Amino acid sequence: MSLVAELDYGTPAVNSDTRVTLTIDGTAVTVPTGTSIMRAAMEMGTKIPKLCATDSLASFGSCRLCLVEIDGRAGTPASCTTPVAANMIVHTQTPKLAQLRKGVMELYISDHPLDCLTCAANGDCELQDMAGAVGLRQVRYGYEGASHFASAKDNSNPYFSFDPAKCIVCSRCVRACEEVQGTFALTIDGRGFASKVSPGMGESFIGSECVSCGACVQACPTATLIEKKVIEVGQPEHSAVTTCAYCGVGCSFKAEMRGEDVVRMVPWKDGKANHGHSCVKGRFAWGYATHKERILNPMIRAKITDPWREVSWEEAIGHAASEFKRIQVQYGKDSVGGISSSRCTIEEVYLVQKLVRAGFGNNNIDTCARVCHSPTGYGLSETFGTSAGTQDFDSVDHSDVIMIVGANPTDGHPVFASRMKRRLRAGAKLIIVDPRRIDLVRTPHVEATHHLPLRPGTNVAVLTAMAHVIVTEGLVNEAFVRERCEWGAFSEWAAFVAEPQNSPAEVEKLSGVPAQSIVDAARLYATGGNAAIYYGLGVTEHSQGSTTVIAIANLAMATGNLGRAGVGVNPLRGQNNVQGACDMGSFPHELPGYRHIGDAPTRALFDAAWGITLDAEPGLRIPNMFDAAVGGSFKGLYVQGEDILQSDPDTHHVSAGLAAMECVVVQDLFLNETANYAHVFLPGSSFLERDGIFINAERRLQRIRRVMSPRNGKADWEITQALSNALGYAMTYAHPGEIMDEVARLTPTFSGVSYEKLDDMGSVQWPCNEEAPAGTPVMHIGGFVRGLGRFMITEYQPTDERSTRKFPLLLTTGRILSQYNVGAQTRRTDNVAWHEEDLLEIHPADADARGIRTGDWVRLASRAGETALHAKVTDRVAPGVVYTTFHHPTTQANVITTDYSDWATNCPEYKVTAVQVTPSNGPSEWQRRYAEQSERSRRIVAEAAD
Amino acid sequence: MSPDRLIYMANQIGKFFAAQERANEARAVAGIAAHLTKFWDPRMRRDIIGQVANGQADGLDTLPRRAVEQLADSAAQALGAGSRGCGEKGQPA
Repeated sequence: MSLVAELDYGTPAVNSDTRVTLTIDGTAVTVPTGTSIMRAAMEMGTKIPKLCATDSLASFGSCRLCLVEIDGRAGTPASCTTPVAANMIVHTQTPKLAQLRKGVMELYISDHPLDCLTCAANGDCELQDMAGAVGLRQVRYGYEGASHFASAKDNSNPYFSFDPAKCIVCSRCVRACEEVQGTFALTIDGRGFASKVSPGMGESFIGSECVSCGACVQACPTATLIEKKVIEVGQPEHSAVTTCAYCGVGCSFKAEMRGEDVVRMVPWKDGKANHGHSCVKGRFAWGYATHKERILNPMIRAKITDPWREVSWEEAIGHAASEFKRIQVQYGKDSVGGISSSRCTIEEVYLVQKLVRAGFGNNNIDTCARVCHSPTGYGLSETFGTSAGTQDFDSVDHSDVIMIVGANPTDGHPVFASRMKRRLRAGAKLIIVDPRRIDLVRTPHVEATHHLPLRPGTNVAVLTAMAHVIVTEGLVNEAFVRERCEWGAFSEWAAFVAEPQNSPAEVEKLSGVPAQSIVDAARLYATGGNAAIYYGLGVTEHSQGSTTVIAIANLAMATGNLGRAGVGVNPLRGQNNVQGACDMGSFPHELPGYRHIGDAPTRALFDAAWGITLDAEPGLRIPNMFDAAVGGSFKGLYVQGEDILQSDPDTHHVSAGLAAMECVVVQDLFLNETANYAHVFLPGSSFLERDGIFINAERRLQRIRRVMSPRNGKADWEITQALSNALGYAMTYAHPGEIMDEVARLTPTFSGVSYEKLDDMGSVQWPCNEEAPAGTPVMHIGGFVRGLGRFMITEYQPTDERSTRKFPLLLTTGRILSQYNVGAQTRRTDNVAWHEEDLLEIHPADADARGIRTGDWVRLASRAGETALHAKVTDRVAPGVVYTTFHHPTTQANVITTDYSDWATNCPEYKVTAVQVTPSNGPSEWQRRYAEQSERSRRIVAEAAD
Repeated sequence: MSPDRLIYMANQIGKFFAAQERANEARAVAGIAAHLTKFWDPRMRRDIIGQVANGQADGLDTLPRRAVEQLADSAAQALGAGSRGCGEKGQPA
């Protein structure tokens, strides 16, 4: 293996319908109109020396190295800023150019430390390369003049170092922060020789607005900005392309290695989801894979109050299987089940549902999408015919209006947020529907045209009021509706939304959103050109989550914003493989490909392939499992890669359910909170240690590739296979590729997918089959999956979780950029530098009324439970609303959340909990007890393991 | 399974389908029954059927009650016909 090499064309590719032919160094080359000479040269393999140019950034023309001579033109123009022209004759190497370039390099090097042999970038330094390229042999100016050699390093960022002494002020870092990331945290301070890169107003990197995305490090041509790991261990020697295991964007990375050690993760330019960009999690927060707390040996215990005992794989698997079999004999075959994780590959989640259906003989399989995007599955299936976002990420480049509902992309999906910001800076309009003033409401060079700060729980009312405006003002795209949708259902829906209770004026009374804002937003969405909706868990995690998804689909159909680039309905999936987990039959009522378990022909297909007779009845959903456990009919659970105790709502109910079970098997990297109630622990493997496929939010299948041996000895699919075999249902896969082949054989939307195709194409979006062998970037072109689109009535039903005198505030929860879900991974990295604890955001008016200041301990209580955490007083939240994250088990925000859930799917209502906030002296009694219990539960008695 | 919780969930479902079929209660009832069949585990359906049959479902709204009664009839017919129907499989709760 070697390092994956990527060509740098110097300037970005240009999309143009016309092409021109020119001659460079005697060779004709034809390129799109508008292409730079530098890029045209590189297209034919000629590297023009450069320093300030790189193809991820617009040309800048400052370094003066890329000069060329052009017949008939005076001077030596910069090839990066000079576009090609027909019949142009260009010379890239002439004596004059050589002399100029040497002169420029002499100036650079006269103020650059000559420590190449001990420099961390040695072997990966463009300045070093250019010295070689121009044949630099001397520096006539010497090194004794004024210099920046004494400039102090900034090591404040935990992941990278900034050494101004090595800076050549090419501005690539500043431009990357602006153009690629869109944060504008860096600037060039001063003029002339005093020019220097500065984070913010002369702050340190950690103290500035820098979000640590790594774009500046990626862009730096020298060792000025460089990963600390490279400084520590040296340059990588081989790499493999893989996929990030964090959010649903699914960024492609090059895992750059030394042996089996990761040196760095570098975003892959050819990654179709991220196009070479990254965020602080994917780029830097992978150290958890080798964290000291990782469990590497299987463990069992008779009771959850016992210490763990390390055992062999055979004993652990055998024990788990015998317990499940005993329970099924004693309590019935439906008394056990499994939960899979969206953090695992599609092959792994496919195997878990197969184990449950074939090994346990029931359909008690659910996945963590239950608690995030299950309403997307219901809502989009009912209206469009399938459970998936309609667009690819590139579609946003064609949007004129972007509407974000209940999502916070800069924190939850940061790389796609950067794409959005780029489009918004280019002129697209933005509508935000969110109770909180998320960053995108106003961020450098981006400002929302409309922010609708609705009261939590009123999504359906506000979106239906927008529909009211569209219908009553005659803004419906009737041609689209007549051609593409059920006209009868549309007519009923149109009559409903036009009713007075759905008017903006009426909805203002219950949502708090000014009627005129609703009117203006609706008009913009309906008439502003290509309009796209992006939504997140602020839509789904409500008692009317599915209804809200339907309301979004209705808006898109009514305005004809479906079936082409720039429009669509796009769920932003929280975890890397939410889409894939749902696709793979991980819900208790569905087989892979969203086919209901009650469908006899589909069952017959799987019966024949698996050699069993499938149960025709749906199984238990996750919340139903806890209910059934408390009720006594559910006794055993296999949980793969999911920390249900911390992530699911109403912690007391979850813990009661887990405690009522007789065998809980947890498969994870760490002893998570759920493991406190487990009897068997099977150590899992990280995404760096196995092969497989993740499917991101745009339905894109991408490979993850094993770059190191599983430290626990087995990939997760091997563990599931071993458990199935011990249960008596034989699985004999030798590689995940064989599992994918089985999925393709049994699932029409995946029939064209194979590892070979993914290796060839890099990625592909489903449906990928005979009709669409290269995949499907945009769905529902010309017709919906279900045929005609179906409008459905979205009557607003207030949640029963209402503020009262006892609990007068509404709590809503979310995530922060640096942390990921329950924090099991990110808390075990240096990302804690940005977020070491969950904080409670509270409006100044509510804080003043309670005598609370920023930094104070506060007690947060609901009818479900209470916890304590530090307060942050901020007007980002509206009066009457408080907000916190759920990343830290010491806080356990889900002690507060309730058992209310979406009517259709039981997706929990995380986003609305009536609470009271009062000053506190420190952690609650429950927190103290839980900390003691956790410590006791994690005791391990070490014994020889094989 | 908690009787109150099952009734609460069934009422939630009922409200959605009642809104869909404002002028046609029979279709709303059919929609509720289909949803319960499609998404509820048999033990949940069996429990709520039992609650209705035993007069322990006072809080159940009219339309979901009619849907549950419909499910009970279907289950009885299926039993009578000797085929497997909803509520037949699994252990007693």
